[in-house]
Amino acid sequence: MAERKKKNSGQELQQPVRGILMAGVGGQGILRASDILSHAFMASGLDVKKSEVHGMAQRGGCVTSHVRYGAKVYSPIDRRGNVDILLAFERLEALRYLDYLKRDAKVVINDLALNPPAVNLGEMAYPKDILSFFTATFPEVKIVKAFELARQAGNARAENTVLLGTLSRWLDIEIPVWERVIKEAFPPQAAEVNLRAFHLGREA
Amino acid sequence: MDRSLLSGNEAVARGAYEAGARFGAGYPGTPSTEILEEFSRYPGVYAEWSPNEKVALEVGIGAALAGARVLVTMKHVGVNVAADPLFTVSYTGTNGALVIVTADDPSLHSSQNEQDNRHYARSAKIPMLEPSDSAEAKAFVKAAFEISERFDTPVFLRMTTRVSHSKSVVTLNEPVPPPEAEVKAPDPRKYVMVPAMARLRRLEVERRMGELRAFSETFPENRMEINDTDVGIITAGMPYNYTKDVFPDYSYLKLGMVYPLPAGLIREFARRVKKLYVVEELDPFLEEQIRALGIEVTGKELFPFTNEFDPGIIALALTGRDAETIAPPAVAIPPRPPNLCPGCPHRGLFYVLGRMKVFVTGDIGCYTLSFMKPLSGLHSCICMGASIGMAHGMSKAAGEKGRGKVVGVIGDSTFVHSGITPLLDMAYNKGEAVIVICDNRTTAMTGMQEHPATGFTLQGEKTKELDLAALARTLGIDSVRTIDPYDIKNTREVLREELARPGSSVVISRRACVLFKRRPREVLKPLRVDVNKCTGCRNCLALGCPPISWRSFQDLPPEEVVRNTKKQDGNAYIDPELCTGCTLCRQVCKAGAIVEVD
Repeated sequence: MAERKKKNSGQELQQPVRGILMAGVGGQGILRASDILSHAFMASGLDVKKSEVHGMAQRGGCVTSHVRYGAKVYSPIDRRGNVDILLAFERLEALRYLDYLKRDAKVVINDLALNPPAVNLGEMAYPKDILSFFTATFPEVKIVKAFELARQAGNARAENTVLLGTLSRWLDIEIPVWERVIKEAFPPQAAEVNLRAFHLGREA
Repeated sequence: MDRSLLSGNEAVARGAYEAGARFGAGYPGTPSTEILEEFSRYPGVYAEWSPNEKVALEVGIGAALAGARVLVTMKHVGVNVAADPLFTVSYTGTNGALVIVTADDPSLHSSQNEQDNRHYARSAKIPMLEPSDSAEAKAFVKAAFEISERFDTPVFLRMTTRVSHSKSVVTLNEPVPPPEAEVKAPDPRKYVMVPAMARLRRLEVERRMGELRAFSETFPENRMEINDTDVGIITAGMPYNYTKDVFPDYSYLKLGMVYPLPAGLIREFARRVKKLYVVEELDPFLEEQIRALGIEVTGKELFPFTNEFDPGIIALALTGRDAETIAPPAVAIPPRPPNLCPGCPHRGLFYVLGRMKVFVTGDIGCYTLSFMKPLSGLHSCICMGASIGMAHGMSKAAGEKGRGKVVGVIGDSTFVHSGITPLLDMAYNKGEAVIVICDNRTTAMTGMQEHPATGFTLQGEKTKELDLAALARTLGIDSVRTIDPYDIKNTREVLREELARPGSSVVISRRACVLFKRRPREVLKPLRVDVNKCTGCRNCLALGCPPISWRSFQDLPPEEVVRNTKKQDGNAYIDPELCTGCTLCRQVCKAGAIVEVD
């Protein structure tokens, strides 16, 4: 793999570009989560680009979103073998994008299995032992029961904000910034639920 | 000024607004749809969904002739539909400003082909700009309006899916006031393109191209970044970002205008670097023109012709080394294709069609997904509107043998887009196919856009609602019937009757999209499987409904296994969180095992 040359401006050396990949299934709120995350980076004074493919988001297909941040970001999508953090909204989707991850990538996995059609029809098996594969392969893996925590926060649909909370432990974004961008992303009542969800995820 | 995180599409809308455009027209199509939706929300803007892209462009030409600054948006294949006015508005010029957005889809994320619309710029002799991110999208659309007015030409803005649907930081500016539009005094020599006048305008087009070539040499968005001169990269659009990501120290000639090309600038750049590459997705559009200048360059012998790039593809092409990745465990990963939603009204119709011995010519929309197993209810998909003409042609060619064997299916929005003329053709030429209009009351695939049969405009005003049944009768269709696709038995009966009937038929399969919020939907109770009755026949699984899954007895704890027949090896399960209670599965269950959740 081509190494990134380190002859750029001092600023770029100080804040090299890092990449987060979110992966899940249409309808899980991935695009909203990556929007919130990108606003948090922007509010922290960084350059940020995010990218996903729309169109199939509500039809049960795979959904991914790349978020890349640093002093100056060019590509909104990462290359294989280069992602720093994986935020998987579903177990199988974590495995599907394995080849994007760095050897020492950090990983958050939502402990949830959603059957794809071939599994529903009994034609293929849902792979077992995904979680143990990740914990054995990567140095830092957090497994979160986001559904339960979201329900505890007041709305099962706040899974995405729970997972952002867990992710936030590894990011240099201040809590008031998180709280501000979450408040801006929802109407007042939903914002309260999502703030609780964020903090429950952060403690998980 | 405010900094904002905008998608490429939102940035195009903002740029058009800032440039004083207050008039927009288009037809929805991924990845272009959000541009016009976003534009329509700015103050003082008139924006419309036209029935199709040809109409949208013609509406735009008229508005520009009145002096307005006009934004017309479409996806790449939409330009095919709009190509007729496109090639001649290049001759007449625009008077006001006319910017046409073509949103291309490398990798065919949501399209039936991967055409490279830069060729349209060259063949229609229209300049084309191509931004690489949201900040450029906003800046370039403003530049496009200036070029259009200055050179009296339509201007293309080429987006790609990755630019349209990525978000990045944009600085907002104040809008300039729009020009005043008025109905102009006629100028037949400029606007009546009969041969004698068009021959004169043809010369004008060549003169304009000369001026645009000269302009491209000094256009500031065609810019050189001289760094390490061992390697020089000529590129444009998103591939610039991918290449810059992995090779920040090479020298770049980044082209903001991809047609016409600045020959002088390209020659100068080639002189200043040792080894020259062209990095572009899809066709060797830049590469071939640069070669024609007599410049040696490396391009498609290293880079793929197909699919969008990413930084890894660039690195692999230029270094020959692939990324280091982690070895996956030895398990098969089940694919997760998009599927019709739980409660989708198309499911019942295509369940029935998939079980009839008919060829189903299909069209563009959510229902295209029903070609997949287990529904297998659709057998072709070419382009918007093709289903009806194809069904008519197939049925005519097969003659007696084709009687009762051909069904064409088309969505409501797609029918209005380009299904009316082929339906007229079928009536006029005495065709006998059965045409089903899958009327889910909206343009669902692209995210619930209005069209002439919904009764609402893009800007939310109530308007005339096209009566599809009355239209079909007026066109001369012999039999027109309406069904509810939630009723499987009636759907099957009506289709059988229409297939057996001589003459032409239209069946309107009407029920609103399950995600469509404007039409209040009765809330139905979710269903469950009564394990004491389920015989494990798998009839319900043949619906391909996401909440229904198969539970093999092998995987169940022994105390949960309930066997109702000797050979039963599992039973069905319905996820109550996903089930919408549409009852299709209850209708196909012969054991009466599907009941309402208590």
